[in-house]
Amino acid sequence: MRYLPKSNAERRAILSELGLESVEQLLQSIPESCRLKRPLDVPGPLSEKEIIDYFRARASENAAGYTSFLGAGVYNHLRSVVADSLLQRGEFLTSYTPYQAEISQGTLQAIFEFQTMMCQLTGQEVANASMYDGSTAAAEAAMMAVRLTNRRRIVVSRALHPEYRQVVNTYAEHLHLEVVEAGFDGSTGQTDLAATRGMVNDATAAVVVQSPNFLGVLEPVPQFAELAHGAGALVVVAIAEAVALGAVRAPAEADIVAMEAQSLGLAPSFGGPFAGVIATREKFVRQMPGRLAGQTTDHEGRRGFVLTLATREQHIRREKATSNICTNQALCALAVTMHLSLLGKEGLREMAGQNLAKARYAVAEFEKLPGVRRAFSGPFFNEAVLGFPCSVRIINQELLRDRIIGPLPLGPFFAEQTKRGLLCVTELHSRQDIDRLVAATRRALDSLGMASREAVSTQAER
Amino acid sequence: MAEPVNNAPSTATRHVSLNESLIFEKSAPGKRGMELPPLDVPAVDGDSALGSEFHREAVDGLPEVSEIEVIRHFTRLSTWNYAIDLGMYPLGSCTMKYNPRVNEFVARLEGLATEHPLQPVELSQGCLRILRVLERFLLEVTGMDAITLQPCAGAQGEYAGIAIIRAYLENQGNPRKKVLVPDSAHGTNPATAVTAGYEVLNIRSDASGRIDMSHLAEYVSDDVAALMVTNPNTLGTFEKDIAQAAELLHAKGAQLYMDGANMNALAGIARPGDFGVDVMHMNLHKTFSTPHGGGGPGAGPVAIKKHLEPFLPIPVLAEKADGSLFWEANRPKTIGRLRAFYGNFGVLVRALAYALAYGPGMVEATRDAILNANYIRKKLEDVYDLPYNQPCMHEVVFSDARQKKNGLNTMDIAKRLIDYGFHPYTTAFPLIVPGALMIEPTESESREELDRFVAAMRAIAAEAEQSPELVKTAPHSARVGRLDEVGAARKPVLRWKPR
Amino acid sequence: MYPTNYKYSQEHEWVLLEGQTVTIGITDYAQQSLGDVVFVELPKPGAKFSAGQTLGTVESVKAVSEIYSPISIEVTEVNGTLANAPETINKDPHGAAWLIKGRASNTGELAKLMDAKAYEAFVAEKAKEA
Repeated sequence: MRYLPKSNAERRAILSELGLESVEQLLQSIPESCRLKRPLDVPGPLSEKEIIDYFRARASENAAGYTSFLGAGVYNHLRSVVADSLLQRGEFLTSYTPYQAEISQGTLQAIFEFQTMMCQLTGQEVANASMYDGSTAAAEAAMMAVRLTNRRRIVVSRALHPEYRQVVNTYAEHLHLEVVEAGFDGSTGQTDLAATRGMVNDATAAVVVQSPNFLGVLEPVPQFAELAHGAGALVVVAIAEAVALGAVRAPAEADIVAMEAQSLGLAPSFGGPFAGVIATREKFVRQMPGRLAGQTTDHEGRRGFVLTLATREQHIRREKATSNICTNQALCALAVTMHLSLLGKEGLREMAGQNLAKARYAVAEFEKLPGVRRAFSGPFFNEAVLGFPCSVRIINQELLRDRIIGPLPLGPFFAEQTKRGLLCVTELHSRQDIDRLVAATRRALDSLGMASREAVSTQAER
Repeated sequence: MAEPVNNAPSTATRHVSLNESLIFEKSAPGKRGMELPPLDVPAVDGDSALGSEFHREAVDGLPEVSEIEVIRHFTRLSTWNYAIDLGMYPLGSCTMKYNPRVNEFVARLEGLATEHPLQPVELSQGCLRILRVLERFLLEVTGMDAITLQPCAGAQGEYAGIAIIRAYLENQGNPRKKVLVPDSAHGTNPATAVTAGYEVLNIRSDASGRIDMSHLAEYVSDDVAALMVTNPNTLGTFEKDIAQAAELLHAKGAQLYMDGANMNALAGIARPGDFGVDVMHMNLHKTFSTPHGGGGPGAGPVAIKKHLEPFLPIPVLAEKADGSLFWEANRPKTIGRLRAFYGNFGVLVRALAYALAYGPGMVEATRDAILNANYIRKKLEDVYDLPYNQPCMHEVVFSDARQKKNGLNTMDIAKRLIDYGFHPYTTAFPLIVPGALMIEPTESESREELDRFVAAMRAIAAEAEQSPELVKTAPHSARVGRLDEVGAARKPVLRWKPR
Repeated sequence: MYPTNYKYSQEHEWVLLEGQTVTIGITDYAQQSLGDVVFVELPKPGAKFSAGQTLGTVESVKAVSEIYSPISIEVTEVNGTLANAPETINKDPHGAAWLIKGRASNTGELAKLMDAKAYEAFVAEKAKEA
């Protein structure tokens, strides 16, 4: 077998040095009753070519060749082949966690650079070396707020990504924390400030909002911060679309930011692996989960980097750890670091600008269709909820014929948001792609007899 | 004493020391490494589009460098790292095996890397089929009944596993309060139990390093939810009484959780489902070769017995009558969702590619892993103290007892190993062996590499007698000397700041 | 080595009683076991602890240790110098690195603690076990 660097002769030679005749003799410590007495009933073995053929066949059974306008927590942005070629260097790909600092300076310095970039993006003072993803980062950030304030109630915005909310609930339930949901304003699409204020009390550890939120709308973070701080609570800001930070003010008033960095250089890859990040104020660093690379010197005064503040982590504190995380998303964070190094300050600004422009162009073109309106008035980055005169799912079925994956129907997530879809447009969508989408939607509405049913049905929605 | 394969130790490996600064220190305004295709719709003004209270001009401090500078920067950084591609990692319980390159290739295929998790399920059958086949493969290897591929790493898998146990017990009326953890366990085990709301009780190991069964019997009660066990344990020994432990627990309605970190000793030889395990997690970045990448991403699937199926996290992969696959989220007794979407799909693709390369032949890898560890045990047992003198499985644990009298400890020996061109083994773990040297070669090591490692360790043992100072002040050939960890923790500097 | 006017707990804390004020710190044995101290977490004035309760933590690079209150106490003063100079605990654990001062609610509890001689014997035994 090509992955096993021994010939049978070598195996026999080693066995005879051990005074044995077969490996079976090394397995005596396993009781007979525990042994598997037949070969594994599994497919394979496959040669390299057969493996590639197998996965190519699976790849052809998906959506290659379709143009997708989905966002909702996973974003299709431009990536460079340069980063991917660097990432495949064996010294990065096949290296271990950098516990032995002297022979991991490459990884550690890159982590230090990643932490710095995350602080620059989020306006926070410290950032960790990655969490699993944005959803678990949001849950861990909420837990962190609970530890910091010693309170047990969390107020979560209903406009937080539904799957992020589910994850927060899972963690909170197991710790018997109280989670209450603050609704969003039906006309702006922003979390209802007054309703939130009504829910925040002196048992509240944190207010959790996402910006841009799941509906694509930006949240006024300073106002939520003021509200939370007034009651002695913290404000956690989740970010699912990191490219937004290229055009949108950093949530500097947040106490903790829980971000998904997927947009910054990671492929959609059917939902993972991604790179979550927690960024916060320096004074909270000892309650922050995840690895941290710190700058230091060796005995000759040379600059170097080490994993630090490890006493928060599982391998030392065991049951008193801030989190049980061990393996994180290091290679993904490295990909993000490389991507941001290439894209740079100007590139990110330009990318964000293109997103703003293309999303607005798309919304404007859509609003030329009878009965189609942007549903919320709050400011948006590259995602917007559009209201349609009929079921979005049915429209999308028509669009599939043209190999287009249309806006995400919101009905399954918010019962009252029927006939509404979440449209995402990025710099990767050409003007033609957008025009094709709008034209196909027009044809779909025509064939469904929706052309003349304008303002009447959309008014009824509001 | 065996001769070192190469020349004098200090020339065995030399790290290339290039004076490479931080990426920010190379920045100059106006430089960029990536260009975008031109905008083909009307540009918008940020202030008008977002409002001045939301608009930001640019992110200050992000690098401004050219493509070649990025290539050089990261290439140079990479040369300061050790990696499996360079040589053996003897790290115990980490299973640092070869990361096959075809796995990287298939994970990047158009049609796999490009798929959006929320796209129509009819257009995702290829992705779902990959997950289904991997599920089946892992269930066959573990001997369990059902599985979730969602957890992103072993720790998250452990959390899911304990949460499933808790939900099961709660469903029966009492979640109970305690979880038993052997004192030889990995730190994630007790950390996990606490995150799931349990109190941890430590179970002693007996003289052979296995779980002390009488101590276990004493502690198992109606208030114990589970025992978390690693098998083989962190000493590399099979817990021969595990089936008995399972019976003890089951008699009191408690569950047996197995940490699958050491599955590299069992694949194809013994199946946890066959010896009484109710829940277990696997580390695909260990046994199934997905790359460590400097610390992740990994995947920690959780496999369970049938009685725990209702409690699986959502969504669960299910099959229709026509054979098509879909996600089922309507499961009233679920422990909930562990993360958005479906897990580290890209990692799962790599794991399946690895699995398919071996097929039933995976048992050969397991045998080679066990053979290699015993070879090292034999070749070093006369110079290093072996606290438990018994055959091991895929890993062997020595101690620094013999070297201590010269003022050396396991950390010093580990650092000296760097000068011989190897990454250190696992030091000071498991906690039940003071001054432990935990070594797991994996099946990926050739005779040549094993002999080189053995020669290095024997040379260091000789140095420990004759020139301990050399060992005490190691490493001498790495890019930096021993770094000041105390200073780093006292006054943490966790980011670069412009002057 | 161990001041004779101090009392000592099995968890390696020392207590000095002066009138109604008690001062608490950790012993030389404790700082040696921990290694270089990097951080100390202490309570605020006004906090109350009963004997055996955790009143804070001492952190080194490789370990974190709870500090258990050897007696019941109400904290009146906390050593502010340790935030910037945690290494004082390694250099002068019995003097400049006192952790907290306070009022003992029951000075009788001191009788349960060891005197210097007993503590010295206690750590000598510990050293043999290691």
